[in-house]
Amino acid sequence: MRIQKVMSTDSIGNTSCPDGAPASRWTASNEQLERYSRHIILKEIGVKGQKKLLNAKVLIIGAGGLGAPAAMYLAAAGVGTIGIADADEVDLSNLQRQIIHSTEDLGKAKVLSAKETMNRMNPDVQVNTYRTFVSAENIMDLIRDYDFIIDGTDNFPAKFLINDACVMAGKPFSHAGIIRFKGQLMTYVPGKGPCYRCVFKNPPPKDAVPTCRQAGVIGAMGGVIGSLQAMEAIKYITEVGDLLTGYLLTFDAIKMNFRKIRLPKADGSCAVCGTHPTITELIDYEQTECGGI
Amino acid sequence: MKIVVAGTAKEVKDGITIAELIQSEDVEMPDYVSVSVNEEFAERASFETTELKEGDVVEFLYFMGGGC
Repeated sequence: MRIQKVMSTDSIGNTSCPDGAPASRWTASNEQLERYSRHIILKEIGVKGQKKLLNAKVLIIGAGGLGAPAAMYLAAAGVGTIGIADADEVDLSNLQRQIIHSTEDLGKAKVLSAKETMNRMNPDVQVNTYRTFVSAENIMDLIRDYDFIIDGTDNFPAKFLINDACVMAGKPFSHAGIIRFKGQLMTYVPGKGPCYRCVFKNPPPKDAVPTCRQAGVIGAMGGVIGSLQAMEAIKYITEVGDLLTGYLLTFDAIKMNFRKIRLPKADGSCAVCGTHPTITELIDYEQTECGGI
Repeated sequence: MKIVVAGTAKEVKDGITIAELIQSEDVEMPDYVSVSVNEEFAERASFETTELKEGDVVEFLYFMGGGC
């Protein structure tokens, strides 16, 4: 699909904040022109696109294998406001793939470690931290002020919760999953294609589908798929190109094979995004994995 | 007959059902896979009875929960 975003943007790329006040993170300083020169030189981005990035708000749920690269690329790109939600602390077993955290961050709250890294990368970026479990009780408040959501969680209850909340709130989001040498992602934009629940109707039973902790994951897989999630956010914000709306992109690193699978169209029968939804309240399914997000 | 499974052309017996294809393709986690046929979701309850036809395009869509 061609990208058409929900934020209101004027002719020079200034994006309105949710309260209607114009955002102004673009200062046109020499430092900004130099920092973003490789974006600005792109005809698809330019100054207008960079302003959109600087005035955009992206929430990343999960500061782990997917969220780490997504957060770093979005911060480097100059996405002006980045929220990051995670309840966990940095653990030694995280460092094989969660490259936003370092050895000296062990024991630190992941959201704080992530914020420090992003602030070091780019002082233009306002990082909002939410050291919390994402739940049916708080997710609507968390996503309310953001333009685009990135699902970097590691468990099905959270993935279904994010899907349902974004559908109900009319928010676009990128879903992804990784395990072993495989990864996949899709993008939901309200009214433009199927949601996660259109494809997978209900979470699998607890422990029926292996997690990264149980089955392992190659660290770079988070880098590949998390970076693609950042790319989807950037394309949505700048309205460039085609999103993975209506598609599932799968990556098999063993065969070095990407496949872009066309998903069936949303036919109105979905329990949450359909024309007569049967799921009208958010559900906290039983958590199965790290528990932090 | 010929069908396309996960992007690859396959020769299968005439009238093969989705359930039989899942078994012959050794699909991971068969109880939780989603299946589309010609870009329409197939209902799990009909996997045993839905016979595929010549030229059908079948995709298996897998749960992938990791991210941490």
